[in-house]
Amino acid sequence: MTKKRTKIHALGGKHGATCGELLAILNDYVDGGVAPAVCKELETHLAGCNPCRVVVDNVRQTITLYRKNKPCKMPAAFHDRLYTALRNCWKEAGPAKKPPKAVKSRT
Amino acid sequence: MPDHGYPDDQELVNNAKAGDLAAFETLVKRHERRIYGLARRLTGSEEDAQDVTQQTFLSAVKNLAGFREKAAFSTWLTTIAANAALKIARKRRGLPTISLDQATAPDEQGQIPHPEYIADWRETPDRLAQRAETHRLLDSVIAELNPAHRAVFLLRDSEGLSVSDTARALKISEANVKVRLLRARLQLRERLTRVFGDEQRRYAPGAHAAATHAQKQVNDRCNRNLTLRENRL
Repeated sequence: MTKKRTKIHALGGKHGATCGELLAILNDYVDGGVAPAVCKELETHLAGCNPCRVVVDNVRQTITLYRKNKPCKMPAAFHDRLYTALRNCWKEAGPAKKPPKAVKSRT
Repeated sequence: MPDHGYPDDQELVNNAKAGDLAAFETLVKRHERRIYGLARRLTGSEEDAQDVTQQTFLSAVKNLAGFREKAAFSTWLTTIAANAALKIARKRRGLPTISLDQATAPDEQGQIPHPEYIADWRETPDRLAQRAETHRLLDSVIAELNPAHRAVFLLRDSEGLSVSDTARALKISEANVKVRLLRARLQLRERLTRVFGDEQRRYAPGAHAAATHAQKQVNDRCNRNLTLRENRL
């Protein structure tokens, strides 16, 4: 009779052995930077482990939410102040027009 | 890439470098809200966000001639804004000007925090993003993060910078970007799931094994029924 594997489960239980591994490479997995063979292994794990699948989904949703939820408009008064400052700065320190090419003197 | 016939950033940068203020103002219009939003989340203050936004664009004016376009203009601006915001944040907290690497190194030694509240969300991010209260919640949740983790998350996930650009912008190693990003993502996931998670579809950490086992039984049963049905057909 073979001994059953009883590794501590990364998410709290003791079923399965790859939840910890999944957590360790969660970033690469979510960002699509995992080698196809490893990816397949993780997907097999996810197919049989709902809590891990939900965590991966939640992380993806979190990222999407922050990406979509760009903060608000700038206050109008600040907007005007910003453009005034920009124009002043442009006059003083903006990129100078190309200086005319220096003519080499042969003297 | 030009969008709907409008000049792209690169073309505008070229014109601005040649002295065209209107081209530069178009660039500012295109990026001001993004930079302002990033600054607000990095500093957690309206006033500081205005300072950072102004500093970013003024610095862009002063340094435009030297901008070598190795990175996209948007990435270049993000880097300037991140540095200005972190400088202000350190000043506010009275922290000495040390690198983020030194400031948080001991924190990175510990174990990765394991997810505790695990549940499907009740709604999709698309629908959640449309609500004003979601916006406030995202701001308050991200404000609770360690500043170094927050900066990495905002640059990498919110602004979409690559790992190497994030590392360069924050002057930290790529390994540190990765570990901080994982911590930030897990912490934000935890907080948001406590609000958006469906209590009815929650997996208690201790019940994980049981849930997995129960799910397996359900799957087995479904597969058996499917086989029976197929056999009957």
